[in-house]
Amino acid sequence: MNIANLLKIALKALNNNKLRCFLTMLGIIIGVASVITMLAIGQGSKNSIKAQISEMGSNMIMIHPGNMQRGGVRQSADDMQTLEVSDYEALGELPGVAAISPSVTSGGQLVNGNNNYPSSVYGVTPDYLEIRKFKVKDGAMFTDQDIKSASKVCILGKTVVDNLFPNGEDPIGRVIRFGKIPMTVIGVLESKGTNSMGMDQDDVVIAPYTTVMKRILAIDYIQGIFASATDENDTDATIEAITEVLRERHRLKPEADNDFEIRSQQELSEMMNSTSDMMTVLLACIAGISLLVGGIGIMNIMYVSVTERTREIGLRMSIGARGIDILSQFLIEAIIISVSGGIIGILVGVLASWLVNVIAHWPVYIQAYSVILSFAVCTVTGIFFGWYPAQKAANLDPIEALRYE
Amino acid sequence: MKEIIKIEELRREFIVGGEKVKALRGVSFSIREGEFVTIMGTSGSGKSTLLNILGCLDTPTSGDYLLDGVSVRSMSKNQRAVTRNRKIGFVFQNYNLLPKTTAIENVELPLLYNSQVSAKERRERAIAALDAVGLSQRLNHKSNQMSGGQQQRVAIARALVNDPVIILADEATGNLDTRTSFSILMLFQELHARGRTIIFVTHNPELADYSSRNIVLRDGHIISDTLNPAPASAREAFENLPTDND
Repeated sequence: MNIANLLKIALKALNNNKLRCFLTMLGIIIGVASVITMLAIGQGSKNSIKAQISEMGSNMIMIHPGNMQRGGVRQSADDMQTLEVSDYEALGELPGVAAISPSVTSGGQLVNGNNNYPSSVYGVTPDYLEIRKFKVKDGAMFTDQDIKSASKVCILGKTVVDNLFPNGEDPIGRVIRFGKIPMTVIGVLESKGTNSMGMDQDDVVIAPYTTVMKRILAIDYIQGIFASATDENDTDATIEAITEVLRERHRLKPEADNDFEIRSQQELSEMMNSTSDMMTVLLACIAGISLLVGGIGIMNIMYVSVTERTREIGLRMSIGARGIDILSQFLIEAIIISVSGGIIGILVGVLASWLVNVIAHWPVYIQAYSVILSFAVCTVTGIFFGWYPAQKAANLDPIEALRYE
Repeated sequence: MKEIIKIEELRREFIVGGEKVKALRGVSFSIREGEFVTIMGTSGSGKSTLLNILGCLDTPTSGDYLLDGVSVRSMSKNQRAVTRNRKIGFVFQNYNLLPKTTAIENVELPLLYNSQVSAKERRERAIAALDAVGLSQRLNHKSNQMSGGQQQRVAIARALVNDPVIILADEATGNLDTRTSFSILMLFQELHARGRTIIFVTHNPELADYSSRNIVLRDGHIISDTLNPAPASAREAFENLPTDND
C-alpha cells in the first residue's frame, strides 16, 4: 500500500463528512491561532519594553556613591563624596568597559538675552554621548583639551535650544549664561524625545566635567560614573570587576559594605522582562490548553468515526487490507485534520495578531519559532490523539466487524 | 482439473461463556477449478464458520486447508490479508459498498491495497469488471443512487476485479426480491460458464438446482455432497417469472 493510495482513501473518507471534519478542525484552528496570537502579543510587548530601555543607553552601568556612614549617621547620596576623579580614571583601564564618563550635575537658570530657562548642566566626558546614545546634530562635541582646560563650552538639547532661541536663530557660537558663568554653545544634540518614564531626554545641557566641578560647583569629588559594557552579556562580569577595583581603591575591609551603588541597564530590563515573560507564559498556557482541547476533539471524533465505520473496516479487511493499512488510514485522517487545521490556524493567528496591532494598537511580533512550534505541536497532537482510535480500528476482528450493525 | 480448495478434517471450536462450542467437527472436501458449489445448511450448521475459514478470515482449530496449493493454517494475519486480496473475491448479503462512493471507486478498492497495480491499470480493470456484470453504463453512479440488484452487481464486480481463484458468495441473493435474485443467479451462472470457481453459501434449498455441486452441512458435519450434472438455467426461470403489471 503506497502513500498516494492511503492519502486518496483518507481524503475520500474526510470528504464524505465535510461538516464534521471542519468542526473537528475548528478546535485545532482556534488552538493554534490563539497560541500564535498570544505569543505575538507577549513578544511584541517584550520587544517594545526592550526598545524603550535600550534607547536610554548602551549596556549602561551607573555608579553612585551610597550607604555611607559617618559617625553612625547615614548620609544622603548627594552629600557623599566617596567617588573621585581618580576612581573614574582607574575604571577606564578595565577591559570590559567600552566607554566611561564621570558625572557631576548642577541645576540652575540658563539665560540668553531676554530668554531664560531652568535646566541642569551635566558635566561629563565625550564618551557620555556613546553611553547615553546621544548624537551631536550641529556643531561638535567638546574635546579632551576642553576638559583639561575646563573650557566654558556646552552642548544643548533640543528643548533647551527651543526655549533659549525661540526665533530659530542658530545657537552655535552664541554665548549663554548659566547662572553667572558665560558659556559658548558649540553643538546641538539630535532629539531623542521622551523616554519610557515620560521624561524629556532633550532637556539637557552637556559640558566638560572639569568645568562643572571647578567653575560651577567648586567641588573636588564626582557625583557619579556612567560606563558602558563592551557587550550586554559581559555586563555582570564588568560590574564585578568595577566593584573589586572600587573596594580596593576605597580600602574597604572585606566585611564592610560597599560605599557605592552600581545599577545596570540590564538589571532594569531584566526586571521589566520578567513581568512580561510571566505574562507570555500565562497566555501561552491558556492557548496551549485550547490546543489540547482541540486534540481531544480529534480523538473523540476519530473514535466515533471508527465505531461508525466498523462495517467499512470489516469490508476493507475482507478484501485484503492489513492492520497496518487500516491504522495508516485512520492515522492519516487524523493528521490531515490536525495539519490542515494547523495551517488554517497559523493564517488566522497571523491575521488576528495584525488586527490586534491595527485596532488595539498593541505591539505584536510573530516569531518564526512560535509558528514552527505550534505547527509541530498540532501535527504531534494529530498523531498522538489519532493513534488510539486508529489502533482500535486496526485491531478489529474482520468477522465481527462485518457483522456489526 | 486443478484443485483450488482442499480441506481435510477441518475442526473449529469456540469458547462461548466458558463452554466449548464445536462449530465444525471434521469436514473434508476438495473443490476443483470451474466448479459452482452451493453450501447449504440451517443456521447453526457451521456454514458461516466454514465460509470464514475458506475466506481466510478465520483459522481452523485443527485440520488442514490448502488454497491454490498453499496451506492457510500456517499463515500470519498479514499473509492471510494478502491472500484475501489476491486470491479471493467476497460477495456479501448486504453488498457492503462504501457509502457516497461511485461504482468504479468501489470496484477499484481491492486494487488500492495491491501496490503492484498502477492507477491506470486499476481503472482499466475496474471498468472491465463492471462491464462483465453489465454495469458499464453506470460507472459513476454513487452506491446510494443504485437499486439493490445494481449494488450487488457492483459488489460482484469488486469480487472479480482482482481476478481471484475463487469467489465466495455469502447469501448473495438474500436481500433481493425473486426477480432480482434470479438475475443475480444468472450472472453467477454466466461467470461459471466462463470458467470461474464459485462457492455460494445459502440456507435456501431451491438454489441447489442451479449449481453444479451441492454440499449440505448439519451440526458441523457434511451430510451430503452431490454433483448436479445438469443444473437448471436461471435465465429460463427468470423469463418464466410472471411480470409485474401493477
